[in-house]
Amino acid sequence: MRSSWDIAVLGAGPAGGAAARIAADDGADVLLLDEQRRPGGQVWRVKSAARHFASDSPETRAGDAHRAALEQSKVTFRGETRLWHIERKKDIWVLHVLTLSGTAIYNARAVILAPGAREFVQPFPGWTVPGVFGLAGVTALIKSQQIPPGRRCVVAGSGPLAIYAAAEILRLGGEIAAIVTPNSRADWLWCLPALLANPFLAKRGAEWIAQLKRAGMPIFWRHLVTRTKGNEVLSALHVSRCTSEWAPTGAATEIPADTLCIGNGLLPNSEIAALAGLELHYDADCGGWIAPVGPHGQTVIPGLYLCGDGAGIRGATVASEQGERAGMAAARWLKGAPASSGSQRRSHRAEWLGLAMTGLSRPRRGLDSLTTPETIVCRCENLTRATLEAEIDAGAASVEALKSATRCGMGPCGGRYCLTSAARLIEMRQGAAPGTVSPPTTRPPLFPLPVAAIGTEFDYDDLPIPAPAPL
Amino acid sequence: MSESYDITVVGGGIMGCATALRLAEGNMRVLVLEKSDLCQGASGVNAGTLSLQIKRVRLMEYALRGHRIWASMGDAVGFRKTGGFTLAFNDREAQLLKERQTLKRQAGAPIEFVTPKKLLQREPEISSKVTIASYCAEDGYANSSLTGQYYRACLKAAGIPYRERAPVSAIAHGSDGFVLTTSLGQVRAKRILLAAGAWLGPLAAMLGVNLPVRARVNTVSVTEPTPPVIGSVIGHATGLLTMKQKPNGTVLIGGGWQGYGTPDAGRGCVSGKTMVPNIALARYAVPALAKARLTRSWTGFEANVPDFYPLAGDLPGVYGAYVLGCVRGGFTIGPYIGKLMGDHILGQEPELPLFDPDRSFEGVPG
Ligand SMILES: Cc1cc2nc3c(=O)[nH]c(=O)nc-3n(C[C@H](O)[C@H](O)[C@H](O)COP(=O)(O)OP(=O)(O)OC[C@H]3O[C@@H](n4cnc5c(N)ncnc54)[C@H](O)[C@@H]3O)c2cc1C
Ligand SMILES: Cc1cc2nc3c(=O)[nH]c(=O)nc-3n(C[C@H](O)[C@H](O)[C@H](O)COP(=O)(O)OP(=O)(O)OC[C@H]3O[C@@H](n4cnc5c(N)ncnc54)[C@H](O)[C@@H]3O)c2cc1C
Repeated sequence: MRSSWDIAVLGAGPAGGAAARIAADDGADVLLLDEQRRPGGQVWRVKSAARHFASDSPETRAGDAHRAALEQSKVTFRGETRLWHIERKKDIWVLHVLTLSGTAIYNARAVILAPGAREFVQPFPGWTVPGVFGLAGVTALIKSQQIPPGRRCVVAGSGPLAIYAAAEILRLGGEIAAIVTPNSRADWLWCLPALLANPFLAKRGAEWIAQLKRAGMPIFWRHLVTRTKGNEVLSALHVSRCTSEWAPTGAATEIPADTLCIGNGLLPNSEIAALAGLELHYDADCGGWIAPVGPHGQTVIPGLYLCGDGAGIRGATVASEQGERAGMAAARWLKGAPASSGSQRRSHRAEWLGLAMTGLSRPRRGLDSLTTPETIVCRCENLTRATLEAEIDAGAASVEALKSATRCGMGPCGGRYCLTSAARLIEMRQGAAPGTVSPPTTRPPLFPLPVAAIGTEFDYDDLPIPAPAPL
Repeated sequence: MSESYDITVVGGGIMGCATALRLAEGNMRVLVLEKSDLCQGASGVNAGTLSLQIKRVRLMEYALRGHRIWASMGDAVGFRKTGGFTLAFNDREAQLLKERQTLKRQAGAPIEFVTPKKLLQREPEISSKVTIASYCAEDGYANSSLTGQYYRACLKAAGIPYRERAPVSAIAHGSDGFVLTTSLGQVRAKRILLAAGAWLGPLAAMLGVNLPVRARVNTVSVTEPTPPVIGSVIGHATGLLTMKQKPNGTVLIGGGWQGYGTPDAGRGCVSGKTMVPNIALARYAVPALAKARLTRSWTGFEANVPDFYPLAGDLPGVYGAYVLGCVRGGFTIGPYIGKLMGDHILGQEPELPLFDPDRSFEGVPG
């Protein structure tokens, strides 16, 4: 199978799909990779084939258009292909991937990273009980399976995702016990100008809220879920008011439920950029630690581009425009032309809305107090806040030091779900601002890699014979 | 920060920490300055093998005494004396193994040769393709991840101040010793010990001394917890493989395969080209590893000089300055050679000789 390309694009969501298409239209030979079977990314995820009869949402339709456009283009798409390592050898990028038939290596002269985002959930008592799901993860389930995640659901979280997920659960016939959001009505009003500048999205949002109101859904504004009840499975949860900094205050109300969908905003997937050699910096408006990029997605490393939510959380519209600019810039770069000669398409209104929505979703510091001393922070290794803080008090002043001493983040998740919280614990103990304690060095593989899949062509007789170690 | 000490140790790896402890025992007022975190350089990312079978003949006595210290540190550093096997899979390797291990046995390591049958009785998951193995009951491992936690606690208990995220960027001669510039301010010290691992070159250069320090970029990988596959430390006649399974079921795989990068430019990079055959060789030796999943590979910088013997003694030509580093198998030997170094600085005769940094490296192949 072919293994060398002008441009490799990682991630086939709105950003990567657009980048690949535009670059191919400009004459580049483009490979597009995604761990999902079909293009679409998070927001335009394809419906599972078994569910084709379910009615289409605007997201499904947008995804179908995205997939059709890619099919008509000259882009080579390889799905179910996961990147586990990326290296630059001289001027060639080497992408190590895992496919259904084992590992493979692809080479490219330029690389466009569009790895999207993942969810952040602030640890709170009982968040590891079965029946608790990530909010964004639930939207992914809804999109592919077209079924609600449980019978009686509470949807909790910040920003538009909570409203969207609740509306979708209703559409699919699920029961919503309550919607709980730390945002206030006033927070949303603040975003009104940005919303009105984007009438299509504003209309969708208004429809969701109207739908929820019609169905008589209680919406708890400025509230948080503070704990769950039930050991084997979720039976109920506690909801409290919170301050404008999202610290819980006042008495809790108990709400019976078998399912909780909860999320506290999105974090850019910056690991691949870091592995590729980019330095990360903290930008709260972008959702956390990101690699800086120029207007065309260019980075400090020639031939390496970054776009979409992986460059800062701005939503699908901005992601695809960024993708177009990055795709064009990469194709031009290969021909020796400057990035600025390419696509300039850029909707400042959509960027404004993206910024406003990230502002709504971004966790506030009051959330820290949800994590009690007994709360598990690192799920893989079963480590509580108290255990981690004891180590911080003993002198572990960086994520690396905390990891080494406690194994926090050394489990199968690779720290994706706990090291953000761990860094925050260190900052709090040091009285430092968010974003002062940096994430650990990213190391391959980017996910647990089956030993059976690598080195399948290994021949013992090919072992390099080293000069014997000095005696 | 404008402080003054009897001695400042530059570099908080195992060499710097072990020496600092000895100096404090000798009543010196010591400060440790560390560029990042204590023991996050080679000392915190190494494979943790404590094996006499891979030690140099002339360093054997140091390693034997090092093993004793590790045993006394015990659980706090994840010490396990498991015994270790070194495997040969063909005649060439068998011959190499016999020649080398015989010399090491003469140097004092209790190494014996075992048949594949005996090996498989102890380690049934090891490949039946082994033709001969050597065994050393003294071998084992410690958990290098715990080195920082361990020494941090020791320094605190001994009342030794240390500063992390305090890289030394300049060293000047002062009225009574040295003035060191760090990101936290200036420090005065009557004497200094350079123990900066792979970063020794630029530090010595600050005092006008040229040390021929180079770095290897060693790779280590680890699997997620896996049902028991091996009980002892496993090596390979060529040195291309080291392997051990921790009590939590994770299997650590090393063997000196080279990544790339330089000490001045970050933490180094894993090369797929060398990491993949390293894992494949591990699976060749222990086929059951095929069921495991790899969670992480990383690199660390191991310093050396052309003759691959330690730099341990006075910094040539600079009164009051010392250097300790470039010790092959330095994790194993570190706690012991740190004591010797401390004794030397305290003006006492070390119980085993040090390695004069002023020797000539000219014409030494390497
Ligand atoms: C779970 C989830 C659900 C979301 N749901 C919505 C929603 O319903 N509505 C909405 O407006 N916004 C949603 N968002 C926000 C959404 O991420 C953006 O609006 C938009 O999808 C960003 O587009 P993108 O192209 O930058 O990234 P994405 O759409 O996230 O695309 C990134 C792609 O990269 C692939 N990828 C990442 N790492 C690898 C790897 N190592 N190997 C191979 N492939 C890889 C992923 O599979 C994914 O397909 C969601 C986010 C998440 C995390
Ligand atoms: C991957 C790998 C595997 C290994 N496996 C084994 C093994 O299995 N068994 C074994 O016995 N040995 C092993 N070794 C060797 C062993 O780890 C080293 O010999 C030993 O740790 C070296 O200790 P050190 O203190 O000299 O160096 P380091 O631990 O590197 O410490 C030097 C310290 O100096 C600091 N520093 C540098 N510059 C400055 C500055 N300007 N100011 C302040 N601080 C500074 C650094 O940040 C660092 O913390 C391995 C080495 C590596 C890299």
